[in-house]
Amino acid sequence: MEKILVGLKRVVDYNVRVRVKSDGSGIETDGVKMSINPFDEIALEEALRIKERGEASEVIVISVGPGEAQQQLRTGLAMGADRAILVESDTPVDPLSVARIFKTIIDRDGIDLVLLGKQAIDNDNSQTPQMLAAIWGRPQATFASQIDMSGDKAVVTREVDAGLEKVEIDLPGVISVDLRLNEPRYVKLPDIMKAKKKPLEQIALADISVDPVPVIRELAFEPPVERARGVIVDDVAGLVAALKDKGLA
Amino acid sequence: MSKILVVAEHDGSALNPSVAKVVACAAGLDAAEIDVLVLASDAGAVAQQAAEIDSVSRVLTVERSENSHAISAILAPQVVAMASDYSHVFGPSTTFGKDLMPQIAALLGVNQVSDIMSTEGSYTFKRPVYAGSGLLTVEAPSDAIVVATVRIASFASASSGNSAPIESADNSTEVPGHTRFIDLVSGKSDRPDLQTSARVVSGGRALASEENFELIYKLADAMGAAVGASRAAVDAGYVPNELQVGQTGKIIAPDLYIAIGISGAIQHLTGIKDAGTIVAINKDEEAPIFEVADIGLVADLFDAVPELTDALD
Repeated sequence: MEKILVGLKRVVDYNVRVRVKSDGSGIETDGVKMSINPFDEIALEEALRIKERGEASEVIVISVGPGEAQQQLRTGLAMGADRAILVESDTPVDPLSVARIFKTIIDRDGIDLVLLGKQAIDNDNSQTPQMLAAIWGRPQATFASQIDMSGDKAVVTREVDAGLEKVEIDLPGVISVDLRLNEPRYVKLPDIMKAKKKPLEQIALADISVDPVPVIRELAFEPPVERARGVIVDDVAGLVAALKDKGLA
Repeated sequence: MSKILVVAEHDGSALNPSVAKVVACAAGLDAAEIDVLVLASDAGAVAQQAAEIDSVSRVLTVERSENSHAISAILAPQVVAMASDYSHVFGPSTTFGKDLMPQIAALLGVNQVSDIMSTEGSYTFKRPVYAGSGLLTVEAPSDAIVVATVRIASFASASSGNSAPIESADNSTEVPGHTRFIDLVSGKSDRPDLQTSARVVSGGRALASEENFELIYKLADAMGAAVGASRAAVDAGYVPNELQVGQTGKIIAPDLYIAIGISGAIQHLTGIKDAGTIVAINKDEEAPIFEVADIGLVADLFDAVPELTDALD
């Protein structure tokens, strides 16, 4: 296998306590720490391990997002990716359009395996990998917790509601990754310096022609209904009494 | 008036409980017709169960040997071939639906509305974002087909007693052979199903070992409850992945949820926010789980859980 493409989305960091803006127009992002979507980081780690085992020759990271997403791509290069592609858009791009952009790059660069996070932790949509596989007409294996490559096939263990499902897919194909696949490496300072010299290709969204998609409009954001803090009981007897009170014991 | 196609989740013999919840969501629209589509190698028993769900107009079956396992690349083109008669195509926000529905959406040239929590109109829906830290109202275009997944914890099951007609559909759509099912390993248990049980007892990192998790099983058995776990407990290997509750695990809404030794990260809380009563047992009184618990007990779980088990047995 030659080339692995990995998507890296720039999202609000996992540890930030996200708040809805008071006017309901969106999520507070001013001055908030931004990072690689954690699932995408796991996808990249897996791609690097496959390459390090000699089962692939090049790992390419791609992001569709604002100019600042260069930071996340540089982090990806510092982790060990060979080159990066930024498809630049100042406004958010919907999942199907992202899938079509990835498809354009796949056709241009000849990709054998696409590794993506199973969902982004901002919109929690979980659509792009499946959409890419569908429009590409190639296999998908979502929610992967183990990937075993064997030539032009991959055996993927998937975390599904009923347990662990194993499927075999022909390559090229798309695999979306789950949390327990691996633990991503830490980036070391010399790698950050080296990453600055690696190629990062910038493409304006307008230069990639993908068909327009009917827009799902975002009307308003609101904070979730908070659950009220309840009572603290002193001991197990108090707990049992409180449950009986509610008719639950 | 909406015409809604619900793609049924099943295991070949039993209809998944998610279907009655998706039908309940669909029934909340201005629906003229709700059809349930069963793609299977042998649809008989499953179709019969689907026909009993109230509000269902028709059950459509497609029986093909390729449908013996839910491979989305095989199912999606068959659904798409039947979608043109409908204004909406709905599936559950379970791993089955999450895997399949975006493929259907992409083949139809639309984006998907993920995780519908409530319907505000035929094209307007609420859905969670940022692990439930925000609720977003979205409006899908009314001149395109709506493909959506339904957050099943947000809906009560549609009642049953119906006997909708079952019609076999001829669907010879070409399907690919590039994806092959190998096996499914699940921790078989006689306990209630986590996704639908009215009572759930969950354990977290503080259990500290697979052996200690026995305390959770014993309490669950004493209460007739299902067993769940936090991500930390699954990561540590105390329990299998299918027990994980939270943003990336199962989203559940039991009447009673007992969280034991679980600190209560936002990613976990988003999986239980619709629970009726939340009970927390944790020795750290500062644990965030107490901010959402209806009943809290600050105690060492290794003392409290056996005592509670004895009291409830």
